[in-house]
Amino acid sequence: MSILTYIAGWPLLAALALVVVPHNYRVIIRAIAVLATLIPAVLAVKMFCQFVPGANGFQFEQQIPWVESLGISYHVGVDGLNVGLILMGAIVAFAAALCSWEIQTREKEFYILLLVMTGGILGAFASLDLFFFYFLHELALVPTFIMIGVWGRGERKNYATFQITLYLSIGALIALIGLIALYLQSGANTFDIPKLIEHAKTNPLPVNAQHFIFPLLLFGFGILVSLWPFHSWAPLGYGAAPSPTAMLHAGVLKKFGLYGLIRIALPLMPQAAHHWMTFLAWLCLGNILYVGWVAMRQKDLNLLIGNSSVAHMGFIFLGIASLNLIGITGAVLIMIAHGFLAALTFALSGYIYQKTGTLEMSRLGGLCRQIPFIGTALLMAAMAGCGLPGFANFVGEVTVFFGAWKVFPLVTVLAVWGALLIGALYMLRAMRNVLHGPLPEKWNSIPDASNVWRKLPYALLLASLFVFGVWPRLLTEKITPDAQKVVAMANPGLEKTTAVVISEIQNPQSSIRN
Amino acid sequence: MNASSITLEICVIALGVVLMLADFWMPAERKKFAAYAAIAALGGLLLISLSGNGVCSVFGTAFNGAFVEDGLALFFKRFFLVAAILVLFMAAEFSDRIAAGISEYYSLIVFALAGMLFAASANDFVMLFVSIELITITFYVLTSFQRGKIASLEAGVKYLILGALSSAFLVFGIALIWGTTGKLNFTELAAVAVQFEANKLFLLGVLFVLVGLGFKIAAFPFQIWVPDVYQGAPTPTTAFLAVGSKAAGFVLLLRVLFTAVPAVTAHWTDLLIVNSGITILYGNLCALPQRNLKRLLGYSSIAHAGYLLLGVAALNASGQAAVMYYLAGYLFTVLAAFTVICLVARQTDTEDIPALAGLNQRSPLLAATMTLAMASLAGIPPLAGFFGKFLLLKSVIESAQATHNHGYYCLVFTALAGVVISLYYYFGVIRAIYWSRETPDLSPISLSAPAKLTVWICIAGMFWIGLFPNTVLNLANEAANVLK
Repeated sequence: MSILTYIAGWPLLAALALVVVPHNYRVIIRAIAVLATLIPAVLAVKMFCQFVPGANGFQFEQQIPWVESLGISYHVGVDGLNVGLILMGAIVAFAAALCSWEIQTREKEFYILLLVMTGGILGAFASLDLFFFYFLHELALVPTFIMIGVWGRGERKNYATFQITLYLSIGALIALIGLIALYLQSGANTFDIPKLIEHAKTNPLPVNAQHFIFPLLLFGFGILVSLWPFHSWAPLGYGAAPSPTAMLHAGVLKKFGLYGLIRIALPLMPQAAHHWMTFLAWLCLGNILYVGWVAMRQKDLNLLIGNSSVAHMGFIFLGIASLNLIGITGAVLIMIAHGFLAALTFALSGYIYQKTGTLEMSRLGGLCRQIPFIGTALLMAAMAGCGLPGFANFVGEVTVFFGAWKVFPLVTVLAVWGALLIGALYMLRAMRNVLHGPLPEKWNSIPDASNVWRKLPYALLLASLFVFGVWPRLLTEKITPDAQKVVAMANPGLEKTTAVVISEIQNPQSSIRN
Repeated sequence: MNASSITLEICVIALGVVLMLADFWMPAERKKFAAYAAIAALGGLLLISLSGNGVCSVFGTAFNGAFVEDGLALFFKRFFLVAAILVLFMAAEFSDRIAAGISEYYSLIVFALAGMLFAASANDFVMLFVSIELITITFYVLTSFQRGKIASLEAGVKYLILGALSSAFLVFGIALIWGTTGKLNFTELAAVAVQFEANKLFLLGVLFVLVGLGFKIAAFPFQIWVPDVYQGAPTPTTAFLAVGSKAAGFVLLLRVLFTAVPAVTAHWTDLLIVNSGITILYGNLCALPQRNLKRLLGYSSIAHAGYLLLGVAALNASGQAAVMYYLAGYLFTVLAAFTVICLVARQTDTEDIPALAGLNQRSPLLAATMTLAMASLAGIPPLAGFFGKFLLLKSVIESAQATHNHGYYCLVFTALAGVVISLYYYFGVIRAIYWSRETPDLSPISLSAPAKLTVWICIAGMFWIGLFPNTVLNLANEAANVLK
């Protein structure tokens, strides 16, 4: 059995096991949940280290036929595009399980849902079968709604639940229709993604069919990733979600749509992709500039982080829209970096909310003195969010800008303003309001993260951001060879140009460092 | 004439008669065992039919082609046997709420089953009419069986009046078809139907037959009876109505549309598309404000008739197979929901959604079953409903790409809207179970062993069909081959 089956299987198995554990065995329930996320995290690190960059085809593959008559099989495997995502997902899931101490009611049900979510999304990223790819994501998505509805916070909890359920169900179903149409149109009678791509090399999809299917995938996945103007569910939903849910969803689940676009939509429908990419580039300015501007006006820390997370999606879309090697590599880099970052910020804001009962920035202040560990971590997260060198986000954003500059100079110029100015403005202002200034008296006695277990999730996520920030080659050497395959498929007849681009970045991270 | 091919039906009718006769000698307190005896007998028949070398695996026709035994018939016969077994379990649990004549109740269920078995094999309009009447008339009685309850009597009367009306349409339609073509047998009719494509009387006849069948499957605009009858009828009756009667309507619809009048069907694509779309929207929208659980499931059953019509409207083999696959998943899902209602309502005496409050503390098993049933109806993986809806949508998109009919694309998006709407009320039920504010009654619900068995069978069925679709899908594909 492939290591990937274990990575996705342990959390699901543990969720089943939790069903029979009695309600009042709280310690055991929590221990099972933490262990069932720790194992995949360790396995994912092991897999990441064993991964051979640039090897031909997929690694750690496993295939079991499921429904022969439709060509559906359980098929998992990794290449450079998803190996980092799975590592990120597994680490974030472990951190989310560690942060779940804030859940005090109905713990058993919460951990079951958390584990289903973890197993589902890790399986979706590992899946090389179109059907399981969707199926496992849907399995991970539904618990999100329940978790926000039941363990959510704030007065607008019900409204947020309603909105996120509606938006994400519609997005997922539109994408499903696109995927089914793609399967039927390809004529390969298989849901196997590598086979579909092989088949498309000799029998490309007719252009008019591409023009119908590509928008379905772009907007279906786009809604799932909070593409402007379908983003309004995200800040509200994350604001109302319990922090482990927000961590997993904003960090990991949201990357599903982007991964789907890169893995499926770009290689299989190159003509339609070229047609829509200019449009997408302008839409992503909506994410970067408009949502960034909205973030500046927020008074609630969680809403600010939610909006900033939506704004970051704009950079990824810009990287995808540039349709070249540097851009796509940068997009995958930000997907991984943002996963750690979003999880970290939501975990920290969740801590503050637990201790103070509010996230309204005007009522907070001076917390850095009272809770130095959390405060410093939050400051570092904010710096990473602004794109400070040394953190993984910087590497990704710079790469994306290099990639997009060749294709959309104007959009890139505007986006850089968004990244540098708007991002820095709202983040720094928020940090000043929350961490510095006079400490209101009522917060005089709130405790800092006290022991190793409490500190571990934040430290782990910060360390990951830092490691990939100073040593991006760990990721780029894995991503580039496979991103190149996607780019080659997405630019048919442009092999020469691609070759030039590749020679320009023979050593990608050297240009990034400078 | 080949009478041996109706052995299964003869056995079932004999069982019904024996159940009635047993009433004379059985002491009142042991009547429950009559149900278990019937279940054992039907279980034996099911095993024989599943084994593949018994009476019903000999394919062919009988009675001058009026009765046909083929893959489609076999699929639905197994389906009806499973449904009847689970309904009888439910009826045994329900027996203490029926004042008198419980043996008759069991035997009427068995007679309705016989009607469904004949419907699965009907290859002739006379056979179609007789089997539908056998089903409908037994259901008139089954619906009004709780004679002490006004609601039950009201349901019976409503079902009787509207059922009689639809039968009139059906007979009129058959008469028009016979009058114009002179044929009653589906195979013979198919050979001549092309000549009558433009004959208005013939088309009216076909339309009237579809009206009669539309009543059985509760498609718009023949769905008016559903909410009241579902709410008022005794719960096992409602369950059998939702599963058996609807499936009987669908097997007949498939046979009429694709073996008797395929030439006409090909022209009526738009009618089927519009009908399916409106049924989906009507069922889902009307379910939103419901507070009574059985009424909610009534509207949800209309919506599901709409989803099933997707596969019929697709007019292709994968659509027909998807209909059968979906029905198989629907069988376990709906029976799970009704079994829970039947067991919970015994204690609380109301069937409103708030009555489920605190169910997870009263009986975790029932709460989990209801949750799974709702999730499966909503189409959430990994349960049966997800893969079923996937297959239905796939078949419609397949038709859309093959025919370039934009109506199909509109239909797909209508179905999508329906699914999203339905999430709201299905989640509402789950929410009432786990997270209601007031929990009026927390006394634990004790379950008898047969009740537990029923519930576990339904849960296993939902997961089995959702996670291992191969077996059922292959059977459905074989059955759909008949309709080519």
